[in-house]
Amino acid sequence: MEKDNWKILKNYTNARIALGRAGTSLPTNEVLKFRMAHALAKDAITAELDFLNLNEESKKIGMRTTLVKSKIQNDTEYLQNPNKGRLLDEDSKILLNNLSDKKGDLCIIVSDGLSADAVNIHAIKLIKALIPKLKIQIIDTIIIVKYGRVAISDVIGEMLNASIALILIGERPGLSSPNSMSAYVTYNPKTGNTDEKRNCVSNIQIEGLNYEFAAMKLAYLVDQMTTKKISGVQIKDNLSDYYLP
Amino acid sequence: MYKHTIGQNVFVFRTLAELMAKATPLRSGDQLAGIAANSYQERVAAQMALSELPISEFLKVPLIPYEEDEVTRLIFDTHDKEKFETISHLTVGDFRNFLLDNKIQKEELTALQKAITPEIAAAVSKIMNIQDLILVSSKCEVITRFRNTIGLKGHLSTRLQPNHPTDDIKGILASVIDGLYYGSGDALIGINPAFDNVTSQVNLLKMLDDVRLQFKIPTQMCVLSHITNTILAIEQGAPVDLVFQSIGGTQKTNSSFGVNLSLLKEGHEAAQSLSRGTIGNNVMYFETGQGSSLSSNSNYGIDQQTLESRAYAVARAYDPFLVNSVVGFIGPEYLFNGKQIIRAGLEDHFCGKLMGLPMGCDVCYTNHAEADQDDMDTLLTLFGTAGCNFIMGIPGADDIMLNYQSTSFHDALYIRKLLGLKPAPEFEEWLINIGIMNINNEITHSQKQNKLLELIKK
Repeated sequence: MEKDNWKILKNYTNARIALGRAGTSLPTNEVLKFRMAHALAKDAITAELDFLNLNEESKKIGMRTTLVKSKIQNDTEYLQNPNKGRLLDEDSKILLNNLSDKKGDLCIIVSDGLSADAVNIHAIKLIKALIPKLKIQIIDTIIIVKYGRVAISDVIGEMLNASIALILIGERPGLSSPNSMSAYVTYNPKTGNTDEKRNCVSNIQIEGLNYEFAAMKLAYLVDQMTTKKISGVQIKDNLSDYYLP
Repeated sequence: MYKHTIGQNVFVFRTLAELMAKATPLRSGDQLAGIAANSYQERVAAQMALSELPISEFLKVPLIPYEEDEVTRLIFDTHDKEKFETISHLTVGDFRNFLLDNKIQKEELTALQKAITPEIAAAVSKIMNIQDLILVSSKCEVITRFRNTIGLKGHLSTRLQPNHPTDDIKGILASVIDGLYYGSGDALIGINPAFDNVTSQVNLLKMLDDVRLQFKIPTQMCVLSHITNTILAIEQGAPVDLVFQSIGGTQKTNSSFGVNLSLLKEGHEAAQSLSRGTIGNNVMYFETGQGSSLSSNSNYGIDQQTLESRAYAVARAYDPFLVNSVVGFIGPEYLFNGKQIIRAGLEDHFCGKLMGLPMGCDVCYTNHAEADQDDMDTLLTLFGTAGCNFIMGIPGADDIMLNYQSTSFHDALYIRKLLGLKPAPEFEEWLINIGIMNINNEITHSQKQNKLLELIKK
């Protein structure tokens, strides 16, 4: 077994570098470490939304929550049928129609996606950082969606007459990051929108993008969309150039 | 209408698209689309019906109308009718026999590339076993050039993929150095940026170009941003070697990626105008994957493997340097498990090679698919035998930005050692000169290579 004499590089990244080798293959300890990381990720996929805690934390930042559900019935169906994960079930539609206060331009949606723990941990903290940076009015009810896919934000945004929909959703778990969250923003959310109509800020997690920076990027995108009345590939995230929130 | 009779059972397929879909080996994406065969018998009956169909049928019956779809127009307008004459009499079943014939070798297959439409390639792949896909692929040779030569027989290249969750320059550099020490990066050093903005793209490109120039590394660099960003980067004078774009097999799919054929042409011409390639000017890097059309609601009732082949017709129009089927990335709703991923990867490679494309594969899976490292080892080993142009090289097979597992630097060394494959010749020479590898293709430790470490201290 040969060790690599460039372990110093490990100071700069969490990538699996300077692993050494047995012949040209991975050393035993690295093979087993990898296998355990995969096991953690597999277990993360079956985690569930902590609605009670999300609701409590929302109250603390002056927001309410409503829990809705996609047309998906169980975990296996969620993995195999993303179309149903993009649609609201009938009870949820009634619930949203009866929502008392829909005033606001931006609706915020939180969904489990492929890692419920990602939003359990990060969603409300990010929203807290985002609110003071926004120049437009927010609908003060956070819509929490069980078994949701990104495009369900179109359906919900449309029902709430929001001009912009923001969805915070658990990413598919990685080996080093079982709890990473993404945010997708869509101007003029409408059923049937495709992905080129969205802008995304990903890797919101402890070892990735912090809440302040992610919130700044999102506020910038929302600002651009409000001005240009468009979202997607035509909105360039040139934040680092000149933007001051 | 197409039909096949087995005993007293008559199996009817209303359209060519339905026949193709029902003949496709089982995969979750076609089930999701509601177009998969309803039984094992129906699938084989469809394969039998397909096998008896003349391949010329695909030139009479477009799967998506010519008027509606610019990809269909591209396929029909660029079809090599003259070369097709030599095989026009064959049925799909005859065509399989023809491809497997001992007399049909590299030269014959190369001559036919542009006579084979994506639908013909997809059709014959559906009635082929895995060993057929491997054997015919291994007869093909598709060579491309920029600063080195990729795709020569007996060589297997890698795209070094040094991603970092926040695009941290030193974090990326650390993975680049580690990869180079393991002999990776001859096909490409290519970063998937966490932030798709032009400013950071330009910064990353400059960093990569500095590394390349300082150590005279005969390879090419790419930051995999949307093509509109890359065109802006070129306008700003950034050192762009290859232009990246994800593409699909229908006009609507491409539209969901924010591209069309004229935009791809614009990107292609912009990069060619820079003339940065030293020994060739293949400047495009395309990524594809079964399921992208369905995921953007633009599949027209066509199975995902046929649509994937149509994406190769798009790629072919721009003489790409590399085409990468990112086979297991899309997830279990399209390819449910290791078995489906393995078959799909080999189909993609076969169809692409038959059509004359420099195919490589991101041998990969996500954590929500029913797959693991054993499945990837299997697919990697099969690709080595099939003559795949390139695979990914990712530290420890774990992409910490995109959150999926691919092949590691170690995996590439394994398959090279097992099958006696070498890196691209220009890159191999560089590895030997800088002391990373010896002439027997073994990784060595030498003092000379330590100077690469200086990069991180700057």
